[in-house]
Amino acid sequence: MIIRELSWQLSSLAIASLVFFPLVTLLWVSVDANLEVLTHLAATVLQDYVTTSILLMVGVAILTLCVGVGSAWLVTHFRFTGDSIFSWALLLPLAVPTYITAYSYTGLLDVAGPIQSYIRQFFEIGVGDYWFPEIRSLNGAIFVIGFVLYPYVYLLARSAFMDQSGSLQDVSRLLGFSSKRTFFKITLPIARPAIVAGVSLALMETLADFGAVSYFGLSTFTTGIFRTWYGLDSVSGAAQLALMLLSFIIVLMVIEKHSRKRSGYQSKMRKQPRHTTKLVGASNAIAFTLALTPVLLGFILPMLQLIVWSVQTHAALYTAAFWSLVANTLGLASVTTTIALFLALIIAYANRLAPNRVTSFSKRVAGLGYAVPGTIIAVGTLIPLARLDNTIDAWFRMHFDLSTGLLLSGTLAALIIAYLVRFLAVALSSIDSGLNSISLNIDYAARSLGQAPLKSIQKVHIPMLKGSLITALLIVFVDVMKELPATLILRPFNFNTLAVRAYELASDERLMDASLASLFIVLAGLVPVILLTKASVKR
Amino acid sequence: MNQYLVHFSLVIAISLLLSACEKPSAEVNLYSARKEVLIRPLLEQFTQDTGITVNVISSKADALLKRIESEGINSPADVLLTTDAGRLFRAKSAGVFTPIASDVIESNVPKQYRDSENYWTGLSVRVRPIMVTEEGKKFNLSRYEDLSNPELSGQICIRSSSNIYNQSLVSSLLAASPTEEVETWAKGLVGNMARSPQGGDRDQIRAAAAGQCSIVVANTYYLASMISNEDKSDDFSAGSAMTVIWPNQVEGRGAHVNISGAGVVKSAPNKDNAVKLIEFLSSDKAQEIYANVNFEYPVKADIPLHPVLQKWGEFNADPLNVDYLGEKNADAVKLMDRAGWK
Repeated sequence: MIIRELSWQLSSLAIASLVFFPLVTLLWVSVDANLEVLTHLAATVLQDYVTTSILLMVGVAILTLCVGVGSAWLVTHFRFTGDSIFSWALLLPLAVPTYITAYSYTGLLDVAGPIQSYIRQFFEIGVGDYWFPEIRSLNGAIFVIGFVLYPYVYLLARSAFMDQSGSLQDVSRLLGFSSKRTFFKITLPIARPAIVAGVSLALMETLADFGAVSYFGLSTFTTGIFRTWYGLDSVSGAAQLALMLLSFIIVLMVIEKHSRKRSGYQSKMRKQPRHTTKLVGASNAIAFTLALTPVLLGFILPMLQLIVWSVQTHAALYTAAFWSLVANTLGLASVTTTIALFLALIIAYANRLAPNRVTSFSKRVAGLGYAVPGTIIAVGTLIPLARLDNTIDAWFRMHFDLSTGLLLSGTLAALIIAYLVRFLAVALSSIDSGLNSISLNIDYAARSLGQAPLKSIQKVHIPMLKGSLITALLIVFVDVMKELPATLILRPFNFNTLAVRAYELASDERLMDASLASLFIVLAGLVPVILLTKASVKR
Repeated sequence: MNQYLVHFSLVIAISLLLSACEKPSAEVNLYSARKEVLIRPLLEQFTQDTGITVNVISSKADALLKRIESEGINSPADVLLTTDAGRLFRAKSAGVFTPIASDVIESNVPKQYRDSENYWTGLSVRVRPIMVTEEGKKFNLSRYEDLSNPELSGQICIRSSSNIYNQSLVSSLLAASPTEEVETWAKGLVGNMARSPQGGDRDQIRAAAAGQCSIVVANTYYLASMISNEDKSDDFSAGSAMTVIWPNQVEGRGAHVNISGAGVVKSAPNKDNAVKLIEFLSSDKAQEIYANVNFEYPVKADIPLHPVLQKWGEFNADPLNVDYLGEKNADAVKLMDRAGWK
């Protein structure tokens, strides 16, 4: 029994070390720094980095909360025109890489874009004679990032709402609560862990974003990290900034954990079907419009722009090279997603089995990678892996006069490890919040019936977790497909993905040529979305 | 029957092994900071001419440099290709390069665009002049220094100081004037900006054509690619609205230039092929592709320019050794930080 528990703890620790090593590498690199770079930054731009990042986070948090929770509430509690379509359509913005949405909106709303040009032509006025919202600004960034990332909140909030038993609503009604009060006093607090998990995913991705933010000309912490590395040629200074970013995340996590205290929200009741209200007339129209808006802004509009561009550049579609991009992307995403889900399940379950220091430490650490910009994760993976490879090589040279070369570095394995470091957090948060909503009594029952933990995970938890697992699958899959910086740095020779191709063309200011690859990222992202829908319809 | 099978497979295995040992595949491994789509036509030409396969990883220069450093003596990298002199300087300082001994390169590439100890060589020249609209002509600009004149308030569009070409421009100014003067200049320039820096070089040209500003600082190949393609009508008309001003021609040093270039990695497993690749990139054939497909200025003399480039006429380039741009890069960034250039 003890040995069995120990092996769970050890595996959980081993998986966490995957994330831990890159972070320790970061620390090791940052020690190298002279204080001069940091002093310069503190005297000039650091304050701007901090302020902009915080404002961006606050804006994105508010937007994703309102849109994500609001839309999840709409589709789970009301029946209105198109509700079953919206329940999956609301996920679509997630399939578009943030920087691609940023490029599309800029193309559309920029001073030289079609809308403003038309205004100037029609009214015969010049630039500066009229007011128009500046897309490349802090507000523009909040708008774009918020409407791309709200599905994280939507997804987790929706499954939390769906898991709530209808009997809770009954109790609330019996107590004389209005439906508004029921929402704020009962539905929302119970769904809070899931919603918080969704918002923190959105915020971590916001903090790590480079593409969109730098295109908008904002000075955030992450753009600062790159400026320090590339411009000031100080990897160590960049590592220090990345560590500051990380500490900030840890503080936020601790605050959140304490504010939630130890209150658990496990349902011990038998599930009753939820009640939904059928909307008619004006309220139906309002619900329809409310649900349509996020899909329109986060998906349809940028997609239209991409399609218009793709029509002009579709010739690339008929080349073998393009299809190998598609195959590479899908292959990488599938393999990584499978491994990530498996590892996250072990960590989450080990912590459930024995919630002690070791397992909760592992869980915390494994959840950190997502907030660190991909490039920094890539460097943190690159350095220890190469060191390991070179040590093995040196050993073999010494003892057998044989060179093993680089075993892991420069292979797909290295790339997949980096993806895991970054995206384990995503899988973990979804699985963990799912696991938390399963009553521990079920575990006790399974155990007293003589099921070993491994068996009870297979027979009891995984079937009950199906929703959370598919959610995790969807997010990790889409995230890997969109991933850019780590792919750019770690990939093997002659290996490209759709995201790499889209980025190379877009960053060369050839948005039009980049549109086809971007469109295919979105199309491929639809596969897991459809899967998820099918699974949740069955439930 | 079974024995035959064993023998047969043994023969196959041995012959496979032999063929693997016998024929060292002719290849060269390229770490490229230049986008793969841009460099492909050149590499295909090289493979066609020499039969040497080119394996490519394209990424950011600093990331590639870090990768080579980490991979150490086992790094598969043969050649590092960058899009600016600063990164070549960094690679040399990091001890990643080995000197190239090649008469071909020495005769193809002028000294100004090569490392003094031949650790790297430039392969194309990138010029960053001033461009103005009809409206902007009235300011009679002739020097970079003029960009800080208070009368230009609200007239200038220029991208972020995170951009390497702005950093190298400021580095070149640091070679010409004392730091305090350059800092005052940078503050003046920031005061004259029509908007907070955003977007890429093409975006500055588009904004100027739309009337948001009248003066732009941008690399020529962006402008050239906009006006070379009449199919993309918006960009064509935006680009056509601009006039190129070669700065600092009459008195002083000339227009600011940076280079794209390459060096051979110290641990290169295919050193000979690496040198061959760089020699090819400096040859007439490759230099013509740089000029005609990418709209850059060739480093080699007497290569016919693209008609668009010919139309802009001759200019004097700043003779400053491009090494200096790398050396001063961090100082330039700090200066721009102090000046509030975002």
